[in-house]
Amino acid sequence: MQAEQLEILDFLHRHPPFRDLPEETLGWLSQNIEISYFKAGTQILQFGDEVDALHVIRSGAVEVFRRNGDLYNRLSEGGIFGEFGLLRNKRVRFPAKALEDSLVYLIPEAIFNELFENFELFADFVEIEDHTRLRQAVSRREDANELMTSKVETLITREPVTLGIQSTAQEAAVLMSEESVSSLLIVYERASDAARQASSSGYLAGIVTDVDIRKRLVAPGLSYSTPVSEIMTSDLASIEHHQFVFEASLAMLRNNIHHLPVLKKGHPIGVIALSDIIRYESQNSLFVVSSIFHQHNVEELKALGPDVNACFSRMVNEDANSHMVGSAMSIIGRSFKQRLLELAEAELGPPPIPYCFLALGSMAREEQLIVTDQDNALILDNRFDPARHDTYFKALAKFVSDGLAECGYTYCKGDIMATNIKWRQPLHVWEDYFTEWIENPTPEFLLNSSIFFDLDGVWGKTEWAADLRELIVREARKSPRFLSCMARNALRRTPPLGFFKSFVMEKDGRHSNSFNIKRRGTAPLADLIRVHSLACGSTSLNSFDRLQDIIDADILPHGHGLDLRDALEFIAMVRIRHQALDLEANREPDNNVEPENLSDFERKTLKDAFQILSNAQKYLRFRYQSQRAR
Amino acid sequence: MLYLRKKNQLPGNSNPGSPNWPARFKKLAAEAKDARLQNFYAAGVVDGDTPISQVPLVAMDFETTGLDPESNGIVSIGLVPMDLNRIRCSGAQHWILKPREELSTESIVIHGITHSEVARAPDIMRILDELLIALTGKVVVVHHRGIERPFLNNELKARIGEGCEFPVIDTMELEARIHRSRPRGLVNRLLGRHPISIRLAESRARYNLPFYSPHHALTDALASAELLQAQIATRFSPDTPIKDLWR
Repeated sequence: MQAEQLEILDFLHRHPPFRDLPEETLGWLSQNIEISYFKAGTQILQFGDEVDALHVIRSGAVEVFRRNGDLYNRLSEGGIFGEFGLLRNKRVRFPAKALEDSLVYLIPEAIFNELFENFELFADFVEIEDHTRLRQAVSRREDANELMTSKVETLITREPVTLGIQSTAQEAAVLMSEESVSSLLIVYERASDAARQASSSGYLAGIVTDVDIRKRLVAPGLSYSTPVSEIMTSDLASIEHHQFVFEASLAMLRNNIHHLPVLKKGHPIGVIALSDIIRYESQNSLFVVSSIFHQHNVEELKALGPDVNACFSRMVNEDANSHMVGSAMSIIGRSFKQRLLELAEAELGPPPIPYCFLALGSMAREEQLIVTDQDNALILDNRFDPARHDTYFKALAKFVSDGLAECGYTYCKGDIMATNIKWRQPLHVWEDYFTEWIENPTPEFLLNSSIFFDLDGVWGKTEWAADLRELIVREARKSPRFLSCMARNALRRTPPLGFFKSFVMEKDGRHSNSFNIKRRGTAPLADLIRVHSLACGSTSLNSFDRLQDIIDADILPHGHGLDLRDALEFIAMVRIRHQALDLEANREPDNNVEPENLSDFERKTLKDAFQILSNAQKYLRFRYQSQRAR
Repeated sequence: MLYLRKKNQLPGNSNPGSPNWPARFKKLAAEAKDARLQNFYAAGVVDGDTPISQVPLVAMDFETTGLDPESNGIVSIGLVPMDLNRIRCSGAQHWILKPREELSTESIVIHGITHSEVARAPDIMRILDELLIALTGKVVVVHHRGIERPFLNNELKARIGEGCEFPVIDTMELEARIHRSRPRGLVNRLLGRHPISIRLAESRARYNLPFYSPHHALTDALASAELLQAQIATRFSPDTPIKDLWR
């Protein structure tokens, strides 16, 4: 008597090409599966060995290689391999290795052959898969850029949750809870709705998110029966289902939105989130992150360096935008810290009191790139007693800092690290620091502010970092003098203005054949944006997010905010491409850009971008000086 | 945390009081009165020094009417033959049985087998031949050895006056060796930290094994089978002698 394997059946139901097989066949298939477990790093198929089954990944991840050892494909749950050999001489053509601990379902050869002969769809699937791989194998240089070639509709995972425009805010909240979604599309229900005729997006009237309910309903104290139309965002950006994923990513970046409705003939058919795209785009970075958490010591972590660089290069080649690259690299950096802290706690034992490990600067802003030093700090519980606890935290800070240095995040020259007793303090001391820096902005304190005020919790009591950010915004808004000093500080570094074919000209007429694009471009932009964002009370960290808050607060002349966004994106991308080229040429990546190595287009556009930065600096000076005089 | 252990460090292989199963089977074969049991024991078991990679195994799970082998009965049996390389679903078997006592509502809630299904089901004696053949010459894999062996033993005693013994590998006990080898420290107890769970689902999650719905005898047997492969792959070695594992 054969017995039904419910879990296997359920799995087959969810994955092509099996899910298209008749129920009866699936039942039969599930009863004939064999199963094998492979620890990460295990060779599953060896070139030339006999292959006796189609391999289907049930959990984990597997890498498939070419005969020469080049990586050929990376597969996760539902992925199949081994079919190439099965269809030919029963010998392994593409060796496979477990990338993560993996459970593999095996479809024995006899069963595979029967499926192949009897079901055309199944046969097409394994053969067509096979052809695309063959083509990839032939055209080695052809980096499949899924971002550029995939349609938006492939990202839609569920039907949109919609609500008629006649509904109330409370009905919206109830529906969101019932469906566990964070956004709702608001639609015109009646064809006769006058507004619908006028709307370019057809049936779609607007979107309501969690934030809208908080900010537009609860905070102003409106009644729950307020029509949903009054709290929704109308004039929506949207995208057609047949557009490309990269167009969606650009649309989101341009509009700084995290949700984008997808339309088909005017009807919303789904909503895609920024996280969908980042996930889609940077599967490679996800693999790097997951392998970080599988390493057992600093040496093993250090060995991941080439993977991080490869991930960076690949994203650049795939035309990821600066936000995608910056956030992927920041997540990787955070993961190194988190893993090192886990290892430190394993070695030193559990911490005697709670703590929060901080990321500062570019990592906190999600703008980290390849060349970066480690800025970090520790917030300790207020019960901190140096005599009893500091030995532990000193050792912890040293462990992490040394580990980061090993992994390529060089020590901070300014000693902004948790190994410095000054930056390893209880929460109340940090509150005093920040309050004093704001009340008494000496040059030293201003420099500190520009570093520490971009802070994010990485590990432990991360809510303390959020609390400190609230404190900064609260105090800074009350202190025009502090803002004006910060503004002056943000003007210390200026962009180069004249660009010629082989050199830059400085304001004083001096020529140089290279310039530091971080010091002269992305850093002063981030400084400038930070001042405005403090002025408008934003608690965002990423410069693009801050810019949106600044635009919403309407403190810049019309259009300047969008210009700044474009300038930031362009300068950041030149910097990113420069580092990717260094990596490709096996040079140590740096921030020194030589105009000679830029294209005409880049030179021209960079000049425009620097002009925007320069004008924005002039406006900064004007705005916060006048405020100071008040 | 599991992955913090040094890579090659194996958990305590100590298996104090590892039984000498081949000798025990010889003795039982001579003592058994029932012909089915005589055959079962006469087939013997592998030598204790056999590496686990060479041992034929069968993963087995029972759903029962309760937790007491003395008074409760077996409602269903699932088994899947396997070895260290492959788990073979084509040899899997699943029986629903008529237990010695009435099904309680609580147990129906757990395993989902209903009165009407049980009413049509056979008594265990009707499938004993098949069951014993499936176990013959194999080492049985279970998760928590307090159920399958004692229950089968008691069911047989109640019916033919003699019980049944066989070697088992208990994946829960292996998990306990890995995670509970040191007593939970005072600090952890004071901080109210819970010891690491060694239940089937939680143990599987630690090895990146997928979630399977619990309390179906065949699925649970499959789940234990996969867990054993994962444990041997990451914590032991294919060369580990069976005597270090069986009980």
